[in-house]
Amino acid sequence: MLIVSLLGVSLFFAAVLAFVGDRRFAPELNVVASLTSFVISVALALDVYRGGPSVVAGEYFFVDSFSVYLVVLTTFVSATTAYFSKNYMRFERAHGKVSGGKMRFYHAMYQLFIFAMLLALLANNVGILWISMELATLATVLLVSLYRNPSSVEAAWKYFILCGVGIALALFGTILLYFAAEKVVGQGVQGLLWTNLIKINAKLEPRVLALAFIFFMVGYGTKVGLVPLHNWLPDAHSEGPTPVSAVLSGLLLNIALYALIRCKVLVNMAIGGDWAGKIMMGFGLISMVIAALSLYRQKDIKRMFAYSSIEHMGISTFAFGLGGPIATFGGLLHMLMHSLTKSSIFYTAGHASQIYGTQSMAHIRGLIRANPKVGWGLMFGVLAIAGAPPFGLFASEFLIITAAMKTTPVLMPVILFALVVAFAALFRKAQPMVFGDPTHKREDVNFGSLPVYLHMALVLFLGVYIPVFLQNWFLGAVEILK
Amino acid sequence: MTHGISIQLNNFLAAFILLTSFALLAQRRIYGLLVIFAWQGFFLSLSSAIVAYTADIRHLYVSAALTLLLKVIVLPYILYALINKLNIFREVEPLVNIPTTMLIGVALVIFSYHLTAPVRELSTLFTRTTLAVALSTVLLGFLMMITRKKAVTQVIGFLAMENGLFFAATSATYGMPLVVELGVALDILIAALIFGIFIFQIRTTFDTLDLTEMEKLKEDS
Repeated sequence: MLIVSLLGVSLFFAAVLAFVGDRRFAPELNVVASLTSFVISVALALDVYRGGPSVVAGEYFFVDSFSVYLVVLTTFVSATTAYFSKNYMRFERAHGKVSGGKMRFYHAMYQLFIFAMLLALLANNVGILWISMELATLATVLLVSLYRNPSSVEAAWKYFILCGVGIALALFGTILLYFAAEKVVGQGVQGLLWTNLIKINAKLEPRVLALAFIFFMVGYGTKVGLVPLHNWLPDAHSEGPTPVSAVLSGLLLNIALYALIRCKVLVNMAIGGDWAGKIMMGFGLISMVIAALSLYRQKDIKRMFAYSSIEHMGISTFAFGLGGPIATFGGLLHMLMHSLTKSSIFYTAGHASQIYGTQSMAHIRGLIRANPKVGWGLMFGVLAIAGAPPFGLFASEFLIITAAMKTTPVLMPVILFALVVAFAALFRKAQPMVFGDPTHKREDVNFGSLPVYLHMALVLFLGVYIPVFLQNWFLGAVEILK
Repeated sequence: MTHGISIQLNNFLAAFILLTSFALLAQRRIYGLLVIFAWQGFFLSLSSAIVAYTADIRHLYVSAALTLLLKVIVLPYILYALINKLNIFREVEPLVNIPTTMLIGVALVIFSYHLTAPVRELSTLFTRTTLAVALSTVLLGFLMMITRKKAVTQVIGFLAMENGLFFAATSATYGMPLVVELGVALDILIAALIFGIFIFQIRTTFDTLDLTEMEKLKEDS
């Protein structure tokens, strides 16, 4: 029941917001819609926490501790981003960057996008998972080109084509998976249900599943933004409106990784051994290194943080590929911490570029004097994302490194190199932006600092202390992903 | 219709689908591309109708009808209207010359036969030999997307890829469950509409549909 209402809320508000259009209260309504989803998702999480995984609505939907954790994260970040977007988009509207019609489109698509992500997480059907991933792409592609200038149209086209091709390959993987399952359970929906596939995985033909996983890896890997399939990501993140960058980076990448992890668990069980995990580790490692090295060359603030997202998705992918309780726990924590921190960074980076009227880092100087709240927010965000203690990313990276040290000590220099390079690059770029001599051209922005403080407080708190219920929750998810 | 004849017929149609994929690579004119694309959709729909009849699977008739409607009528019509509206009858300019593209295409077909070998050995379905053709169609569509520089040709390449996927679903598994098929069809339709919107956006912001103009977003830009 909760699942259906959770999905219903965002779909309903998408329609309502399309109808409301550019009325004065539309941004507030968007916040209310996302908050409602958040409240329902917390109730759902409590249900799962107490009663364990459940399958509802004729086996079409299912939740376990792994998916419900991402559901809560998705609704939480979408609610805080909606709150941030309220002031941010009003500024853009006032400066004539978007028209009233586009605001209508923006709000409706925002809710539709959340609906697509929640559907992907809650669907029990591999086919529906694919459909909702595609729907999430389609909902955001026109948001990336919202400003309708040459660079944003180019970015959106690239995003659309590359992710379209990538996800088409994932569909081929889904077909192969169904082909293998159909041998065992026969025609029909049964052959595509996660809950069913897990039960029969010993009977699935390993060779077909191995082939399917390659297609899943390339397909969903494109959406995760793993190197060398990452070309669309920096463009789409830097050219779209900042709230869209925040949810793309903080949420959509996670959902794609979720799909990949589910496939990996299934394929590994069927094949025996850890073949799929090794492939994920390889992609993760390359992404970390290439993204960390690319950070140095960036000149655009949002583009730089997009590369940082690639790096962190690489770390998470590596952790889940490594497997084992410690690395998986670290991976789950890392996804959570990265979402919170990165979206908060995008909030401040978005306002920073509004203040100076440019996204070029060379022209953003002395934020600490121009707007102290934005400046400190950005500084703390950068420290957290770079993995400085005591922030949560330090804890998750520490766990992952510890696990890697035990199983694959050979890779340690590579991982540490990537982390150190990324730290240095981010700090070197952020320091003058925050503390440098202020430039003259400035605009006043109305900065709603609540989401930034909320996210940073959570990241700081979880870096120091992980509450027992969260620990049990994650351990439950670790058990599922064994 | 006996089983043997339908196998023959289906292989025959698979050959035609592969042929149209190569024709898409060889065709220089946009209008010609549309006609070939519509033919490919027609063969696809016919093939799934035959599979539906032989294996007696009801919901495949729905898929066949959907394919006929979407791939043969609606999508080519949308693209045709778009081409007329924007006046882009001119020749397609490939980035790589056509004979080379064809050779790469042949290599891709051999590669797909090799890749699907384990699946072919396992399959007991009468459509199993066509899986390699389906994968070839996907890869050839992909090849078309990377070797052409006009936005409209990229769209047709993308849709040809989707054709290959649909063919894979019918040939390897007698079609996915209906709910999935419908969802996929809906997604493709939305994608096609967005493509249409995009082509207008590209035209109005760049004043051309030549994608080589879109090279602003590079590192160090």
